[in-house]
Amino acid sequence: METYYHPHDLSRFAEMGQGNKELWEKFLQYYNAVFAAGALTEREKALVALGVAHAVQCPYCIDAYTQSCLEKGSNVEEMTEAVHVACAIRGGASLVHGVQMRNVAQKLSM
Amino acid sequence: MTTSLQSRANPLASPAEQLRVLATNGHFPAFEAKMAAAGLDPLHATGITVFQINVGKLCNQTCAHCHVDAGPDRREVMTQETAEACIRALAQTDIPTVDITGGAPELAPCFRWLVEQSRALGRHVIDRCNLTILLVPSQADLGEFLACHQVEIIASLPYFRAAQTDAQRGLGVFDKSIAALRKLNALGYGREGSELLLNLVYNPVGAFLPPRQEAIEAQFKRELQRLYGIVFNRLYTITNMPISRFLEFLLATENYEAYMDRLASAFNPEAAAGVMCRYTLSVGWEGTLYDCDFNQMLELPIGFGAPHHIRDFDAAALHSRRIVTANHCYGCTAGAGSSCGGTIS
Repeated sequence: METYYHPHDLSRFAEMGQGNKELWEKFLQYYNAVFAAGALTEREKALVALGVAHAVQCPYCIDAYTQSCLEKGSNVEEMTEAVHVACAIRGGASLVHGVQMRNVAQKLSM
Repeated sequence: MTTSLQSRANPLASPAEQLRVLATNGHFPAFEAKMAAAGLDPLHATGITVFQINVGKLCNQTCAHCHVDAGPDRREVMTQETAEACIRALAQTDIPTVDITGGAPELAPCFRWLVEQSRALGRHVIDRCNLTILLVPSQADLGEFLACHQVEIIASLPYFRAAQTDAQRGLGVFDKSIAALRKLNALGYGREGSELLLNLVYNPVGAFLPPRQEAIEAQFKRELQRLYGIVFNRLYTITNMPISRFLEFLLATENYEAYMDRLASAFNPEAAAGVMCRYTLSVGWEGTLYDCDFNQMLELPIGFGAPHHIRDFDAAALHSRRIVTANHCYGCTAGAGSSCGGTIS
């Protein structure tokens, strides 16, 4: 089936280095440093990444970090909770703008 | 719960069919080419420090990932005559460790005799235990027997929660495993300061690689202690080998190609240099010699002119033998590597 996103394109990510090798290498160096164990464990960072992947709705990231979470020892219950965190923040971000709606409505109304 | 490939007359019950799939399906490079690029082809043994005896395919469980295709329907089991040949061979050597596996090895009539004889020769003995066997009525005294002979227990527990464990090993297996672990802890197994070693084995419950061993070990220790009051010594992570029932799972779920690509792309030369076949001799239930338990299940006996039956055992000829490899070997060389003793590098 023809789709805009192709799962196999994820493995071609490194082709982005062909346009600008220096920036690609700087990005990769930063990316690898971010995901190395630090104050947070690698497992915890993968769960954060999974939540963010859902917030930004990146299918490549969802594929990659679902696998990564499993390979770091997380279970589907923990991963589901990470997605709910993303969902709550996204939903909350919409809802909190309701205050702006209320402010405008109040200003316009008698 | 699944049943054995053999009982279902599944074509993958044939090692030849498994090897055909591994040789022809997928776009990953041949294992030998990867090894050659790493300067490791041909691969040779570096000695024998583990004498692994697979006493047969009979098991009280039928796990979804089993590389042996073991189960209650299997009848292949080591005879006393072959067991005696194993002990005669062992006695000629100073191999320090005897590693007994199956199936559920404890169900083989020769199991306890092998333990007693190996211990009498002063060797360290490992029992690869599925835990639930400790609750089988005929094995009521098994824990005491193992403790009495100071047998190290390496027990399968793929996860510290029931859903994942039961998905791989059968409904209710997790609860029984916890009961068995409590029994072993009560005997002194796994306790700090005790000489009775209780090590657990993590296998991924699906088509993905295991976590870093130290990280998942800490998680297992914390959760098993918190939830069940269970303690143990070490956790070994073992990669699922793409053969037998796990190969069936990979093909049925269309995960085969991605999984093999994952294994091949994660090829680690350091892990490849330390693979267990380089220091292990594997004996099959009928006495045939193999480089490892996986080659045994694929019916790939020791080759290149080295003796390949226990009755012809010759330590000198086997010491630096050339190892038989094929594409399934990617299972031991991916990531941090995988062996019967956990990660390699």
